Amino acid sequence: MSLDHLSLLEQLMLVLAAIALFTSFILLEQARLVASIHAFAWQGALAAAVTTVVAASGGHTHLYFSAVLTLCLKALLIPWMLHRLVRKLELDRQIEPLRHPALVIMFAVALVIFSYWLVLPMVQQELVFTRNIVAVSLAIVLIGLLMMVVRQQAVVQVLGFMSMENGLFLAAVSATGGMPLVVELGVAFDVLVAMVLFGVFFFQIRESIDSLNVDRLNRLTERTEEER
Amino acid sequence: MNMLLLMVFAPLAGALLLALVRSLGRAGWVNVLVCTITFGAALGLARDVIREGVIMGMTFRVDPFNVYLLVLTAFIGMTTSIFSRPYMQYVCDSGKTNARGMRLYHVMFQLFMFTMLLALSTDNLGILWVAVEGATLATVLLVSLYRTPEAIEAAWKYFILCGVGIALALFGTVLLYFAAQRVVPDPATGLTWSVLYEIAPLLQPSIMSLAFVFLLIGYGTKVGLVPMHQWLPDAHSEGPTPMSAVLSGLLLNVALYAVVRLKMLVDGSLSGTTSPHMAGYLLMGFGMLSFLVAGLFLHRQRDIKRMFSYSSIEHMGLMTFAFGLGGPLATFGALLHMLVHSLTKSAIFVTVGHATHIAGTQSIDHIRGLIRTQPAVGWLLLIGVAAIAGFPPFGVFTSEFLLLTATIQSQPWFTVALLGGLVVAFAGLFRHLHPMVYGPVPEGQQAVQANMVPVLLHLGLVLWLGLSIPGFLARWLDRATELITGAHLL
Repeated sequence: MSLDHLSLLEQLMLVLAAIALFTSFILLEQARLVASIHAFAWQGALAAAVTTVVAASGGHTHLYFSAVLTLCLKALLIPWMLHRLVRKLELDRQIEPLRHPALVIMFAVALVIFSYWLVLPMVQQELVFTRNIVAVSLAIVLIGLLMMVVRQQAVVQVLGFMSMENGLFLAAVSATGGMPLVVELGVAFDVLVAMVLFGVFFFQIRESIDSLNVDRLNRLTERTEEER
Repeated sequence: MNMLLLMVFAPLAGALLLALVRSLGRAGWVNVLVCTITFGAALGLARDVIREGVIMGMTFRVDPFNVYLLVLTAFIGMTTSIFSRPYMQYVCDSGKTNARGMRLYHVMFQLFMFTMLLALSTDNLGILWVAVEGATLATVLLVSLYRTPEAIEAAWKYFILCGVGIALALFGTVLLYFAAQRVVPDPATGLTWSVLYEIAPLLQPSIMSLAFVFLLIGYGTKVGLVPMHQWLPDAHSEGPTPMSAVLSGLLLNVALYAVVRLKMLVDGSLSGTTSPHMAGYLLMGFGMLSFLVAGLFLHRQRDIKRMFSYSSIEHMGLMTFAFGLGGPLATFGALLHMLVHSLTKSAIFVTVGHATHIAGTQSIDHIRGLIRTQPAVGWLLLIGVAAIAGFPPFGVFTSEFLLLTATIQSQPWFTVALLGGLVVAFAGLFRHLHPMVYGPVPEGQQAVQANMVPVLLHLGLVLWLGLSIPGFLARWLDRATELITGAHLL
């Protein structure tokens, strides 16, 4: 596709979405927890910015509301809650390096290409622009998933989960002009409750295994005692 | 409509009320009362639906398909609350949890019922998603209620895996909405199932198939389809037993219900293309895989609740396979199977709860001689397992027989796998069951106070369904079959 056919606002939207994807990569390999939380907050802010641009370009007024909601929830409230939890759990100086960083980053790049391939069926509908942004959102979702697989630290896994949410939100906003309001509110409520529960779990896990490295949660398997 | 609102919102009001009740004994009774009101409202709703047909409005839609699941959900919620009152009292007395934990338990039990009923009765696919995710959130703290390292691990796994799965389902929902927006006149109705069902042939097939893959993986995680089933045995075995009963009996059904509703849309959209049965084939593949893998895993279980969780995966696989097969006979069989499986499985979990209290452990190797210690528990466990394994004259036999007939009719090659899987699962269950029920009684093992009325009620119903399906129920299921497949069976 040629970018110069797009309006200025659409180009801006693509740039913002691309930066959001870039923050996903930062999240994936950032070793310091506090820096990861900041990267996540930036991603939330970018999602809110994309929403504002969509609202401005398409005249969807209810999207301004979603933009404010996202900014409050994803860029301010959830990062603040995580920050507080990390401080309470005294993890703010902890460094959790990624094992095999080169391999993981290559895999993430492959996921981006895979997302572009997956949305190819949309080609018939002169939807090149939407296709592009849906692919980027899907890539954010899949990288979030990858993060939850390769990182063993509970807080980082939660960040992966939340950045998946960001990707989903981005897809909903850019492809469809936002879900119906009641659904959006429901999703936001679920995310918030999930965050509170995650906080409860951090303490429960710490109490149980004296660490937040969920790799050590390995009591329940199909293997019998002898096979271990 | 009034009955519908009462049924859906009574549990929510109950949850708020239970948050205020401090006395433990009273909370148990309030829980039973709220569940009974819900069940009464569900019966009233069923009467309305039979009389007037589909009830719609305020983003709700109740038709013959979901009304029977609503009644089933409310019924099992009620019997489980009756069982859970003395059972959880015993658990609390034994020091596994405290008064705060019990309050959390009662509030979350009602919230779980609320999300289940909302998911079943809503017409909006977005709200369906919110409710199914809400069900995870309501139950996750209950899985870790006992605070043992195993319970916390199980809850974390449950939270993360279901969270990821359900996130993928949301992506599928977004794609669905995207496809709908091109054809729906009013974008606000773009997620309304009844509107989408009317215009299904207009929905872009390529986007719909992509959406369905995401939706199937997402909701399939909650159904417990292999290979996304990892959370299920852990969550079902580590949580309190009443929770295991409602998770196995209800949550899995609701997730499968969502998959079937979405399949109806995708089938409509793909009807004009070269691969009209894509959704059906996917369901058949995942279903058969789950059925066979879970049957094999039954053999190597050491924990009694884990074993029955695998049995749930096996039966959910069978139902998924049947819905994938399509056609009136298979669909009727699958609907009946949903009914009898829920009744039997929750009865078994209730019995297992008593059995673990008798033996003081969940380890299969240490549960012995139940029949001699407490005949009621031993015999009902034996009968329950016989029913779930598909022995005549129980209802599970009837539905499995219908499914087998349907398979022979339309996909004869699968008959071998189906029969083989049934035999493997049967052997897996009975090799563990036999010593538990008959084996020598360990020293000092004593009977516990057990309320077997819910179990008797469930197994009695399953027996009744096996001997003769009452006419009104058969017509009811037949109308649901007609809704799903477009053709009558009876």
